[in-house]
Amino acid sequence: MADTEVLSSPHILEYPYSRSVGPVIGSFLAGLRDGKVLGVRCGSGAGERVVVPPTEYDPLTGEDSGEMVEVGPGGVVTSWAWESEPLQGAPLDKPFAWALVRLDGATTAMLHVVDAGSAGAMATGMRVLPRLVEPSARVGSILDLACFVPEGSDSPVRAQPAEPGNPAQPDDPAQPDDPAQPDDPAQPDDPAQPDDPVTTLSTPIRLDYRFSAGISQSRFLRGLVEGVFIGQRCPRCAKVYVPPRGSCPTDGVPTTEDVELSDTGTVTTFCVVNVPFQGQAIELPYVCAQVLLDGANISFMHLIQGIPADEVRMGLRVRAVWKPPAERGPSLESVLCFEPTGEPDAPYESYEEYL
Amino acid sequence: MAERCAVIGIGQTKHASARTDVSIAGLVREAALRALDDAGLDWADIDAVVIGKAPDMFEGVMMPELYLAPALGAVGKPMMRVHTAGSVGGSTVLVAAHLVTSGIHERVLTVAFEKQSDSDAMWALSVPQPFSPPLLAGAGGYFAPIIRAYIRRSGAPDHIGIAVAVKDRLHGSRNPYAHLHMPDITFESVRDSVMLWDPLRYLETCPSSDGAAAMVLASEQAAASSPAPAWVHGMAMRSEPTMFAGRDQVNPRAGRDCVADVYAQAGITEPRREIDVAEVYVPFSWYEPMWLENLGFAAEGEGWKLTDSGATSMDGGDIPWNCSGGVLCTNPIGASGMLRFAEAALQVRGLAGEHQVDGVRRALGHAYGGGSQFFAMWVLGSEKP
Ligand SMILES: [Zn+2]
Repeated sequence: MADTEVLSSPHILEYPYSRSVGPVIGSFLAGLRDGKVLGVRCGSGAGERVVVPPTEYDPLTGEDSGEMVEVGPGGVVTSWAWESEPLQGAPLDKPFAWALVRLDGATTAMLHVVDAGSAGAMATGMRVLPRLVEPSARVGSILDLACFVPEGSDSPVRAQPAEPGNPAQPDDPAQPDDPAQPDDPAQPDDPAQPDDPVTTLSTPIRLDYRFSAGISQSRFLRGLVEGVFIGQRCPRCAKVYVPPRGSCPTDGVPTTEDVELSDTGTVTTFCVVNVPFQGQAIELPYVCAQVLLDGANISFMHLIQGIPADEVRMGLRVRAVWKPPAERGPSLESVLCFEPTGEPDAPYESYEEYL
Repeated sequence: MAERCAVIGIGQTKHASARTDVSIAGLVREAALRALDDAGLDWADIDAVVIGKAPDMFEGVMMPELYLAPALGAVGKPMMRVHTAGSVGGSTVLVAAHLVTSGIHERVLTVAFEKQSDSDAMWALSVPQPFSPPLLAGAGGYFAPIIRAYIRRSGAPDHIGIAVAVKDRLHGSRNPYAHLHMPDITFESVRDSVMLWDPLRYLETCPSSDGAAAMVLASEQAAASSPAPAWVHGMAMRSEPTMFAGRDQVNPRAGRDCVADVYAQAGITEPRREIDVAEVYVPFSWYEPMWLENLGFAAEGEGWKLTDSGATSMDGGDIPWNCSGGVLCTNPIGASGMLRFAEAALQVRGLAGEHQVDGVRRALGHAYGGGSQFFAMWVLGSEKP
């Protein structure tokens, strides 16, 4: 590992959001489940429009939108773009067209996909018909309408259910009120019955980021592999930051002088965590403490073990417990925890200014 | 400030753990319509809309303000979104107020919301960070060590946090919009509730709520026909880094500087005597004594004594704090700060209903957010400044 290499790591944010949709979108989704597309009347007189998908409020005036009306089933492609390499999670797993389709009776076009086989079969102004998934597989989702197909093409109006993992499937909705039971389903997996209103929509979201540690923190992380804490001193105020951030937040200048710190320190303050939640990875209860390493001017959070939780105290002297060298990586996880050194507690005055 | 500014309309939703009857748009619309109705105005009377909410991760909707423009009558008007973490409800109001005091607009609608039931804020605030052990444990895990530091520094007895939790819930039981109604809460029930983040118990912690708040802010001319305007006497925002060597997290400098600015604008030198009620962002019970000190109602280390004396109770106290029940009763995060600002306005206008304090002439509204690094405050009065 070169000394100047900047470390990076995947950073994935993923959650099955459960969205309440309100009465208008709820009617639209219930309509899809029942095999029809509903729009909503907005405006009046010469300004009357039928907006599809329906909106709760007139997009032009902000007034309440009016009654729901059925549109389609067929419509006209008003614009399109060919998707030759569908991404994971796309509505179809073969090349297709993203298209704006203005359904018969609608004033606005809605975004959906056309299964046309090839880009050559697509044209602005072409007529299309919907292909619905089987009634038993519909859940009240925009993908109950699997896609559109060119009018006159030899396609069934019914289609197979969408693939598992499809973003609109309510396969793993979270129970939002109770962090203790994140896996409890908020609604049954069975398809809803025709008379049930659609009130919520499960929307799993996953964001794939790449997290860069930066130059200074990378040096710190490589130090952890060797079993040392490397901080940096500010050239102006002489405060030592660990982990270093490359600059002093007070003076706004780069911190370039590396400082090797002791792996002993003082617990400045702490809490005992006893609350379960989704993604939580440490057995409860655990002591989460601010540890001020000897020679540093700022504390960081770590785990305290080797002492009953109710005996941990402010001022407790602790030492890092390192993983065996072969198991260490460039992560603060190379430090399993901090445990008491057995020294007398640090006097309050010695860490008071770090609270 | 150049032009005067007044609150002439206030609206809020019924707050609940899950408002599954409405979409986000329906939620903000409910609060906004009530504010317009209170102001006696229609959508067409509004010049601009300023909206705020906490991180997008809480609902998983990126830039929700884009889709909320029609719901807030903002089509064809200036609309902007503000974000300063938990203080956003307050800073959103102040951005809207600046559009009035600068003379740019006559009537500005400001709205804030959170729909926590769409996800789980505990998860959103505890996402494991690369290169670090998975120690994050929500806002409570962040603030509990700071509370422990306050207790050590001030020598406050353990029962202070419990007393605040009881008092704010009793206040909130008189507020029909509050999420939690706990008129039967007792010292014992709080004391015996689960210790979630020692030293913080379950009942010393705010709930997760769905809700929205809205206000109509008006220029002096536009407020002329209002039967009960609440006038802005002072307002300010301050921020500071989350961490730097020597940072005082218990009594943050940004909060002290912010309130000093507001008091100077309002001509206040003795806040406890000159302010009649305060709505202060107290998401964990111990933040009442901490903010009593930070906001100058008590000397450093003495805030808990004020709480202990009953001074902050609306039943006989001389400086009632959080008569609405505060964040401990209602916490739609993005709206929580705006609710503080709006409840201060309700008190000044004499329209707070069962939790109204008699004869309020001046009130403080306060919000903080992030790692106690963003602050927003205003002081309102029944008389023109
Ligand atoms: Zn410095």
